[in-house]
Amino acid sequence: MNLHEYQARDILRRHGIPVPPGEVASTPQEARALAERFGGKVVVKAQVHAGGRGKAGGVKLAKTAAEAETHAKAILGMTIKGLTVQKVLIAPAAEIASESYVGIIVDRASQRPVLMVSPAGGIDIEEVAAKTPEKIHRLAIDPRYGLLQHQALTLGFKLYADVKQARAAADIMQKLYAAVYGVGASLAEINPLVTTPDGSVQALDAKIGIDDNELERRPDIAALRDVSAEAPAEVAAREAALTFIKLDGYVGCCVNGAGLAMATMDLVKYYGGEPANFLDIGGSSNPQKVVAALRIITSDPNVRSILFNIFGGITRGDDVANGIVQATREFPLKVPIVIRLTGTNEREGIAILERAGFTALSDMDEAVKQAVAKAKGKAA
Amino acid sequence: MSIFIDKATRLVVQGITGRDGSFHAKQMMSYGTQVVSGVTPGKGGQLFENVVPVFNTVAEAVRETQANTAVIYVPAAVAASAIFEAADAGIGLIVCITEGIPVLDMTRVLPFVHERGARLVGPNCPGLISPGKSKVGIIPGNICKPGKIGVVSRSGTLTYEIIHQLSTHGLGQSTCVGIGGDPLIGTNFIHCLAGFEVDPETAAIVMIGEIGGTDEQQAAEFTKSSVTKPVVGFIAGQTAPPGRRMGHAGAIISGSSGTAAEKMAAFEQAGISVMQRPADVVPLLKERM
Repeated sequence: MNLHEYQARDILRRHGIPVPPGEVASTPQEARALAERFGGKVVVKAQVHAGGRGKAGGVKLAKTAAEAETHAKAILGMTIKGLTVQKVLIAPAAEIASESYVGIIVDRASQRPVLMVSPAGGIDIEEVAAKTPEKIHRLAIDPRYGLLQHQALTLGFKLYADVKQARAAADIMQKLYAAVYGVGASLAEINPLVTTPDGSVQALDAKIGIDDNELERRPDIAALRDVSAEAPAEVAAREAALTFIKLDGYVGCCVNGAGLAMATMDLVKYYGGEPANFLDIGGSSNPQKVVAALRIITSDPNVRSILFNIFGGITRGDDVANGIVQATREFPLKVPIVIRLTGTNEREGIAILERAGFTALSDMDEAVKQAVAKAKGKAA
Repeated sequence: MSIFIDKATRLVVQGITGRDGSFHAKQMMSYGTQVVSGVTPGKGGQLFENVVPVFNTVAEAVRETQANTAVIYVPAAVAASAIFEAADAGIGLIVCITEGIPVLDMTRVLPFVHERGARLVGPNCPGLISPGKSKVGIIPGNICKPGKIGVVSRSGTLTYEIIHQLSTHGLGQSTCVGIGGDPLIGTNFIHCLAGFEVDPETAAIVMIGEIGGTDEQQAAEFTKSSVTKPVVGFIAGQTAPPGRRMGHAGAIISGSSGTAAEKMAAFEQAGISVMQRPADVVPLLKERM
């Protein structure tokens, strides 16, 4: 789950990291009131889960409160990478002497949280990594001891020659590490970490991604989810405990297991089709999940055929079959459906399908070929 | 022979009285696995299915029943704790089926397990099976056949699909290992490749990877330097868009190093025959053996 910038700034502030003032507004009037309260120049920043906000025109400097209102009016409701802006952050324009980067991610290879710092901040860190990798300094942290003071200070000196600033940065790094474990983050970035003309070190912008597996035990963090900032079909899927990702093709896929779902999409492509989605109904299936899955797939107007690929393990063939029959009673399908069903309770599942007038295949390749052919037949 | 589990495997089931644990404990028992004990705190003293003693702690189960392997079916919220407990009790092989363990929990679990000399398979995995000998986890026994192919995979049902292809064409398996789809796992491809390489019963290896991370690239390098047996490989997620999670927490492409194309190229450079689709596994193996 991604957090908005203003939410990430809140978390950093709560963990004792110096963050310059800034508040969120949902209307141009609120934006104006905040700008009046702050006085002077303010920055108006779109709050969406997308990078490249500045380039898209979602970040604007306002000299007066009236100008802040005008900018907020333009930015609120704007679409950036398919997502509508619902909120803007209003923050006093900071005077910046330098920009650095500080981030923590969990690294697969070292199996540890890795702290990355770079004196080249303010820009996309992946760009820095690609062009000037020598400007990024990394440290794998031993989670048994946490980020030790001397380790943080060593990296602080990579950012600042001044000992006061290096110490301030080290303190921020240790607090950021505490925040990662405190909120269950899989990624926490301060970009840029700035120095102001008076020498203080502050977190100007922040990005935090939460590990979805943490949400159950952290209801306060789960409550930060902004459903309006996510694609509606993906929200519906999550509520039905399915994993769904919309793609640009026309063969709707419903599969059990992520690996098999990806292999099914690949096979659709192999046989000349284009998958409309990734959809994993998960392990222990029940008929209701299948109904929800079909509802989501059929709501995509691009779908010209539907492909079920079920290899029963924990998932039972009869559950899936019952779900398909129930769903097609509730909302008759307008496109052809091809069902591949094998594994646990396959015989029971096939019997249920046949009674309802469906046929089921046992071979994955054959099913994919048919689904692609049917999608194309309807298009022609 | 086989790797990791065989007839000598003495299994304790953590969460044996739960919904998933009890179902799969019965499945494993009917497959012939030596299920010697179970653990559910508060249910110590009971008998599961009238034969398997249940204990409050893993330590008691080890002391009383000489369990050497543990399988975990407990809910995600307590699964990390279950792994710690198994490792502390001296279990040598810990298989965690549970999915949804926070990655930050795993950053603490893995060094602990390692320090105690234990091997963890998973989490978020289907477990292992050495057909005809022992099954630990949830891989359906009826799709497997004893034989000479070693299978290692990051996926669940895709693994079943490949095993099914092998078995229906007369290619049995020595051991099938599902290593799990999470970003932080205890046993990786290389551990399994090394095991299959020295296992006299394994004649060829099938390796099933996914987009995300660089485990497959490292496995390819290891294959080139240290594996003499034929290896056939598959990568799921060729059509996955970059930057999106594909269900598995691990299957996310970030940067260029996680793409299917890059992994398939690494396989080819290492002399691994690359399947374009699951059905290619049998012809490619026959070509190489």
